Amino acid sequence: MSECVNFHFDIDGDNFTSAGEASVRIKKHLRDMGFSPETIRRVSVAMYEGEINMVIHADGGSADVNVYVDRIEIILADSGPGISNIELAMQEGYSTAPDNIRSLGFGAGMGLPNMKRYTDSMKIESEVGKGTTIYMTVNV
Amino acid sequence: MKIRTILELLDAKVLCGEDKLDGAVHSACGCDMMCDVLAFVKEQAVLVTGLCNPQVVRTAVMMDMRCIVFVRGKMPPADVIALADDAGLVVLATNERMYTACGKLYANGLAGGEVINE
Repeated sequence: MSECVNFHFDIDGDNFTSAGEASVRIKKHLRDMGFSPETIRRVSVAMYEGEINMVIHADGGSADVNVYVDRIEIILADSGPGISNIELAMQEGYSTAPDNIRSLGFGAGMGLPNMKRYTDSMKIESEVGKGTTIYMTVNV
Repeated sequence: MKIRTILELLDAKVLCGEDKLDGAVHSACGCDMMCDVLAFVKEQAVLVTGLCNPQVVRTAVMMDMRCIVFVRGKMPPADVIALADDAGLVVLATNERMYTACGKLYANGLAGGEVINE
């Protein structure tokens, strides 16, 4: 498989209940394509954290998963408020999520660190007032 | 530990997945913060929680867990149970509190998990 297989998802920002559906679907796609459980878990957890972040902070966005023979790329893009201090946002325990999100089980400041933890590379491009794009790669 | 043993130790009810009670779990995670659960590495685990929203099920699915135990008498809504059933998870509900439920499982040989290091 020298070509790339792309999966695109629009992430609904209005509905926390449905957040994560795209990640569940990508998990099924990757299983059908025969990837190892470890690879599938790393990709789907990283994407799930990103999906949740987009719903909490950015009123949704888009997710693209590009599957190559040797790697899987995840690109998450939103037009939200942006991240003013990326270094701070990457610290475990740092969160700007509101209390109502904590009562739903998220906002403990583990999202971005978990995304980094589960992927082989991660790059964040963000501009305050314009949005954020996160590029992650999991090597196969 | 067999899921059936968890059912007995916690005097729990089965909400879905009754046909999978003879499946085994190798570790447990007791937590209400799902992003902490996502830092937890073991598969074939049981999630013990008092949170009852669909993200609990999705988190368990992402981590390839086998079973969710809702503590403190919490009863998840029907759509959450249906989501778990579709995903092939066993869902139990117990009146035990989180601390007691985790203590009983640990004392009977079910270990905690590891957190992935960066």
